[in-house]
Amino acid sequence: MRPAPDLSVPPRLVLRGITKRYPAVVANDNVHLEVRPGEIHALLGENGAGKSTLMKIVYGVTKPDAGSVIWEGRPVHIGSPAEARRLGIGMVFQHFSLFETLTVAENISLALDERTATEQLAARIREVSENYGLPIDPRRLVHSMSVGERQRVEIVRCLLQSPKLLIMDEPTSVLTPQAVLKLFETLRRLADEGCSILYISHKLDEIRALCDTATVLRGGRVTGTAIPSRETPESLARMMIGSELPECHLQPRAPGDTRLELDRLSLPTLDPFGVTLREIGLSVRSGEIVGIAGVSGNGQKELLTALSGESPVDKVDMIRIMGRPAGRLDPAQRRRLGLAFVPEERLGRGAVPALSLADNALLTGSRRGMVQHGVIRHVTVREFARAVIYRFKVKCKSEQAAASSLSGGNLQKFIVGRETMLEPQVIVVAQPTWGVDIGASMLIRQALIDLRDRGVAVLVISEELDELFMISDRIAVMAQGRLSRTVPASDTSLEQIGAWMGGVFETATAKLVHA
Amino acid sequence: MLKLEPRQEPSRLMSYASPLIAVALTLATGYLLFSLLGKDPAQAFYVFFVKPVETRYGVGELFLKATPLMLCATGLALGFRANVWNIGAEGQLVLGAIVGGGIALLFQDVQAGWLLPLMLTGGVLGGMAWAAVPAFLRVRFHTNEILVSLMLVYVAKLLLSYLVHGPWRDPAGYNFPQSRMFHEAALLPVLMEGVRTSWAFIIALVPAGLSWFFAEKTFAGFRLKVSGLAPGAASYAGFSEKRNVWLALLIGGATAGLAGVAEVAGPIGQLQPSVSPGYGFAAIIVAFVGRLNPLGVVLASLLMSLLYLGGETAQIHLTLPSAVTGVFQGVLLFYLLAADLFIHFRPRWSPAQPASAPKAAALAGSDAA
Amino acid sequence: MNFEHLIPILASTVAAATPLVYASLGELIVERAGVLNLGVEGMMLAGAITGFAVANQTGSLMLGFTASMGAAMLLALLFGFLTLTLQANQVATGLALTLFGVGLSAFVGRPFVGQVVNGLKGLSIPVLSELPLVGPLLFRFDPLVYGSLALFVAMQWFLNRARGGLLIRAVGESPASAHAIGYPVIAIRYLAVLFGGAMSGLAGAYLSLSITPMWVEGMTAGRGWIALALVVFATWKPWRVVLGAYLFGGVTILQLHAQGFGVRVPSEFLSMLPYIATIAVLVLICRDPRTILLNQPVSLGRRFHPDA
Repeated sequence: MRPAPDLSVPPRLVLRGITKRYPAVVANDNVHLEVRPGEIHALLGENGAGKSTLMKIVYGVTKPDAGSVIWEGRPVHIGSPAEARRLGIGMVFQHFSLFETLTVAENISLALDERTATEQLAARIREVSENYGLPIDPRRLVHSMSVGERQRVEIVRCLLQSPKLLIMDEPTSVLTPQAVLKLFETLRRLADEGCSILYISHKLDEIRALCDTATVLRGGRVTGTAIPSRETPESLARMMIGSELPECHLQPRAPGDTRLELDRLSLPTLDPFGVTLREIGLSVRSGEIVGIAGVSGNGQKELLTALSGESPVDKVDMIRIMGRPAGRLDPAQRRRLGLAFVPEERLGRGAVPALSLADNALLTGSRRGMVQHGVIRHVTVREFARAVIYRFKVKCKSEQAAASSLSGGNLQKFIVGRETMLEPQVIVVAQPTWGVDIGASMLIRQALIDLRDRGVAVLVISEELDELFMISDRIAVMAQGRLSRTVPASDTSLEQIGAWMGGVFETATAKLVHA
Repeated sequence: MLKLEPRQEPSRLMSYASPLIAVALTLATGYLLFSLLGKDPAQAFYVFFVKPVETRYGVGELFLKATPLMLCATGLALGFRANVWNIGAEGQLVLGAIVGGGIALLFQDVQAGWLLPLMLTGGVLGGMAWAAVPAFLRVRFHTNEILVSLMLVYVAKLLLSYLVHGPWRDPAGYNFPQSRMFHEAALLPVLMEGVRTSWAFIIALVPAGLSWFFAEKTFAGFRLKVSGLAPGAASYAGFSEKRNVWLALLIGGATAGLAGVAEVAGPIGQLQPSVSPGYGFAAIIVAFVGRLNPLGVVLASLLMSLLYLGGETAQIHLTLPSAVTGVFQGVLLFYLLAADLFIHFRPRWSPAQPASAPKAAALAGSDAA
Repeated sequence: MNFEHLIPILASTVAAATPLVYASLGELIVERAGVLNLGVEGMMLAGAITGFAVANQTGSLMLGFTASMGAAMLLALLFGFLTLTLQANQVATGLALTLFGVGLSAFVGRPFVGQVVNGLKGLSIPVLSELPLVGPLLFRFDPLVYGSLALFVAMQWFLNRARGGLLIRAVGESPASAHAIGYPVIAIRYLAVLFGGAMSGLAGAYLSLSITPMWVEGMTAGRGWIALALVVFATWKPWRVVLGAYLFGGVTILQLHAQGFGVRVPSEFLSMLPYIATIAVLVLICRDPRTILLNQPVSLGRRFHPDA
């Protein structure tokens, strides 16, 4: 346990009355926040609470509409990230700001304001990275690195500038539980050396384990400040969402026939920066939810396109849907077999941003009487869209509203609702609640459970371990393009799944061969 | 400070208003240009935009020149919606003229009524064949259809040039590089006395109507639209990219080919080294100014036709090179692209930052000292 | 055939390749920064007529070439304003730029049809230029030929060694990341677009002031488009641009000389060769989609809005 922060030390950073409005939403409304030297300060809030916007303001990426930023006792205007870095502020982005086609050293040199000779820089990178237990090779190309390694590059990039304040935006979503512990060690050591850390997260356990103090945001406003170690998850949740964290429960249920089967599914990637799938074996039965865990970038994207039919595989038998060989079928043909699909990318894949919700219903719903002799029946399309909106409580002006005008959570409700109402036999859902607020998350999870209870085979691929443990009957782990065997969620633990996420596990192949 | 902020939904109003704004700005630029060239703007406007259509003959010419523009642009608009950039309509038009004209020359003794339909069909197929090359190469070899379709324009023109200089040259034509004049049965009849407009204009309205129905009412049209707006969503939904590419290019080739044969079987009446003053390229502008919408394309083709006519009268009455038409066309498209900004963004005045606090950079400098 | 015949062919190949080298290297930088400017043909025409007109009026080739770069940069600026500041579609705007360049050059060029200038002359270095074989092949070109090779060397260094080149590559791969770490993405792209414009203008003027010192409407005859194809052919690498340009120069010149060699094919079919060759090389390079995926700047042609 770290000592409580010394309140007599003047704060390093003070935010006073920060307000930032966007056309549809007030992202920050009169936000106050203070961080002292050596303090690990949590910025806690659910998706859409305004945490990232606030941090972008501190880092000079975004300009506030009102309010002031006070740095070491003096008001400042941080007009650009370069100015922020000159003050001693470093930031590790949630979606990294790295260039895949460049080397680690080139990436880091781009963020350094002074110029250093390449060899000298490489030496400094090695020194700092080893010193903090974040080993990286400066000559490697970023696209060849895992997500966790990329995060190290981002952190080392900040450390090279000896920051006085380090902002970490949702850093653990890309890490295995074991790697999270290592990251925490690094962060504590930095704090001991006097660096202030602003730690953005919506994960209560992490914040209680790591942070000295916390500011809680809800709907863009500060709803409380706390010392997390003295709070319970329940009390923090109340500050964050105004009520206790809701939970979903699975009623035990015997699964039925096998509806989706992968038999030694292998797929070499076309994308030079992609992951090759190796001998994936999996079966999903009627009336069960199978969850696939894993750090993103381990082949999930490739597995999803192989399942949807966007990248057909070599052998028809590698994928069976409803018992029928489907490896070479295109997405439309697979849908005809009863497959529905919720992709991880909502705008631009799951929905066409510029088109209305009605047109977006037609996108995958064309077989449900919406098209006759090649002509669109707009009345049926609108009725279907309205039904989705009503049943899934999608907040929108009408079914004529453009998909781009919806918030992330509402659009996801619409997409999940649309796929659900197509009455599938099998549904594959990627990142069901990514960036979705808690209310919508619970509605979506419940919808998946209802599908399961109606006998649909459900496959969920998610980065959120908590979520998978909440809604899965069985869990498997994906790492480096391979899939572990599945284990009943009730028979496993976070620790075991976490260890598998590192890539050491048994695959299902052997079993399948003997079966 | 004037700032642009993204709209949540594209503005419908602006998408209709922006062509009008672009036309107005083009006129203003024309005013400026004419003044700079020492012409009286009022008179120049009159000569450019009114004089050409003062007579019945002039109105006929307006429709005459609008016909190939409308045809080409109708096909292109469907392709552009699908993000298939066929910019070789000029070449497809030339091929339509070659095939259609070739049929006329081949059957020079035939007076039967089936000759014209055969020629028109031939023209359509010729254009489609030419457009099939970029389609095939893109689908099979992932080549960029912009570059391939454009290269084929040059190839088509050279092919036509070869034909009229060589095998198809009129033996009684004093060695001029042109074919025999087509005989009566191979010519499209004019709409009415006193104009040169042929039935091609009416024929051209059919694809426009069909393409409206296709784009707005059919699922195939919807698929095309989705693949243009969000290719990821199209492949997610299982809309075949290959089918869309083929469809978009073949439709574009068909209408351009029809335009080509209608030109040689209409106002030109024979094959010449040049059968189009760049209609296939101007049609790109027509398609955009017409909002990629069939009705818009009809209106925009009339406007663009007027620019062509204005250029010709300006040459005679204002001693301006007729190339001024090309300048106006380009300017119009620029203004349109600029005005389109407001479909997706809205301008907003944002109050300037309070200037009381020092810049962080200066502060950091003093810290270091 | 002997060397006597070959030397002028090789020399004219170099001349035919030079405008392609300038235009493609310029576009290469633009595309490396993530911007697709399809207006090369239009900018070349603007450069060709401006260079010719200025040289014709002032008698100075130097002024002519400078003015050609200025004129094409103005068009490039217009393109940049529309696509970078106003977020217009790059493909459509590039097409517009070409159509506008064609129209404008024809309009402005009217009075210059049939006029003459004294074209750019080859070097005449004592001794060296007189050497047999080596002289005409290495030491008798005009300065812009050597300039194009110097440009290649400079660009090779710039893209791989200089910080500016690193920045261009970074902006071309991920403008969002570059913005997040504080680089002025739009400004960097403007610079790249302007450079591309200048090079296109120079390439155009090289046509009207060196290769055929006169002004003919549409005299670029698709070279701007071929330059664009060369950038793809080169998989965005400068050395391959130069290689490609020289190959194309060779094809162009060969078809001119083919009839001299007794090839009995109508001249129109020979003239088709460069265009068909362009299609052929595109097929060759794009056949394997991985070649393009690996080399193409990731954000090529995509809009970037800092606040969106």
